[in-house]
Amino acid sequence: MARLIITKTPKVYVGGAFIRSESGRTFPLKDSLGAFVGHVPQCTRKDLRNAVEAAARAGVGWARRTAFNRSQILYRLAEMMEARATELAETIMLGGTAAAAAKAEVSASVDRLIYYAGWADKFEQVLGNVNPVSGPYFNFTVTEPMGVIGLIAPHEAPLLALVSLFAPAIVSGNAVVALASEAQPYPAIILGEMLATSDLPGGVVNLLTGYRKELLPTFATHQHFRGIGGVANADERKLLQSGAAESIKRVKLTPAEDHFDWMADAAQSLYAIRDWLEFKTTWHPIGS
Amino acid sequence: MSSTGSAASRRLLDEIGSVDAVGIEERVAKYGTRSIKKASKVFGLKLAVSMVDLTTLEGKDTPGKVASLCIKALHPHVAPEEAKSLDPLPSVAAVCVYPAMVRHARRHLGNSSRVKIASVATAFPSGQSPLKTRLAEVRAAVSDGADEIDMVINRGAFLAGEFGRVQDEISAVVEACGSRTLKVILETGELETFDNIRAASFLAMRVIRPGDFIKTSTGKTSSNATLGNNQVMIEAIRDYFLDTGIAIGMKPAGGIRTAKQSLAFLIAVKETLGDAWLTPARYRFGASSLLNDLLRQLVKEKTGAYQAPYTFSEATESY
Repeated sequence: MARLIITKTPKVYVGGAFIRSESGRTFPLKDSLGAFVGHVPQCTRKDLRNAVEAAARAGVGWARRTAFNRSQILYRLAEMMEARATELAETIMLGGTAAAAAKAEVSASVDRLIYYAGWADKFEQVLGNVNPVSGPYFNFTVTEPMGVIGLIAPHEAPLLALVSLFAPAIVSGNAVVALASEAQPYPAIILGEMLATSDLPGGVVNLLTGYRKELLPTFATHQHFRGIGGVANADERKLLQSGAAESIKRVKLTPAEDHFDWMADAAQSLYAIRDWLEFKTTWHPIGS
Repeated sequence: MSSTGSAASRRLLDEIGSVDAVGIEERVAKYGTRSIKKASKVFGLKLAVSMVDLTTLEGKDTPGKVASLCIKALHPHVAPEEAKSLDPLPSVAAVCVYPAMVRHARRHLGNSSRVKIASVATAFPSGQSPLKTRLAEVRAAVSDGADEIDMVINRGAFLAGEFGRVQDEISAVVEACGSRTLKVILETGELETFDNIRAASFLAMRVIRPGDFIKTSTGKTSSNATLGNNQVMIEAIRDYFLDTGIAIGMKPAGGIRTAKQSLAFLIAVKETLGDAWLTPARYRFGASSLLNDLLRQLVKEKTGAYQAPYTFSEATESY
């Protein structure tokens, strides 16, 4: 007897759960040849609001974890992705990427996580400092995570760019709400399943799919985001910057026109971790 | 419940009618589906602010904490830009404190404050003290300046079927609190069933005065105000009003933390009791963290931007 084909319902990973949009809306996802793949959640500003609430709840505990523990969990996420590398490559190929290039993107994504996992208990030594002062004091500069960070993934490199954006944010204890590639959302949907099995507490990384036009205004104005990063074109940058100015949040955007090469060495850096840190300087008397 | 208890309870329920538990759950499930937007939402949020009994009931309460609670009650949100645009933002209905804190609250609010002082009394939250002690506590709170007394019923007596004793004790508290408003806490979480909640509501309503309240819970047990027990109680209030013409108020307390929840409660009131109950004189929320979520949603409605919780001053911890 012929078997019915069981297809997967694409759902987004928010607050440790796989959800549909609260609106019930979806948009049809097609592969590069125009064949139907699935209905992807068309998330709304209310989904974004809920995701920020989830991130804020999860962020507190995540920031309190030891750096070493965060390192292990990022490494674990890389392990989860490595085990399903073929599946991830297939999701990238839906967008028309050739098999070899898709495979290379998955490998680069896994390696990127390993790279940032390694930094987890080391960035503080490099970015923090004991400052020389002319008085009987120790003067320390230490880093702290900022809180909830909003990230906008570019259309291209749907897996690698997303990983390259959120890994440096969470490694220091921030929580993230990320908007997946609008053109190729499917890798983010599958990535959610790996996040869910990686020991990463639910809510630390929240992935939304949907239209940039609908969601970017809320990313810009939501007061609870402490920072906004990712890739945006000129109009979007203006929108995000003016909204961020109103709500006083840090903005680190890469111009979409630059077609940033996410495979390049420059795409991973200690400074990407620094982007989402606050620096706190404390004075402490040395005593006699 | 003992056999005497259940016999007494059956007699009372024959008289007042029992509760269709499935019907109640079905009914309240619908309240969450109403779409309240824009102007009606702002109306509901402001109304809810005006109905809050801003509460701190903790062993670690200090005069200083009560002072900040009073300031928060009078001026829920003061931020230069939003304060102007949100005007007129109401004060909350009352602060709710332990009897020992009443005089501190009175000192901060003055004698002609629009914010009332409510005090829990009668060996809150258990009520397990001699009646004499409980009444003395009520009198002390009243003489220290409480406008409203929140008493707990004797659940032990109720569950044992000693309804007469429950009512006598409430009557004694009514007398002890003089002209002050009385709120009778049923502690619904300990009454086990909707039928018991309805029975206790009627027992209380028959001995309190028009304008007094019945209240769901102390907030000190794991089970707090829900739409379900709220519905049972407001239907009891409605039935009692239709029978006697006496209007009793209602106060759900504990567990109501979000603006969305409070709007669902207000919908329940409007659709069950009507507009006459949509006033702080007849409906209250016993809550503390609810207030900031209401303010957060009001500022969001005004500015269009989702707000961060930490931009609103904290006067109390969660209740």
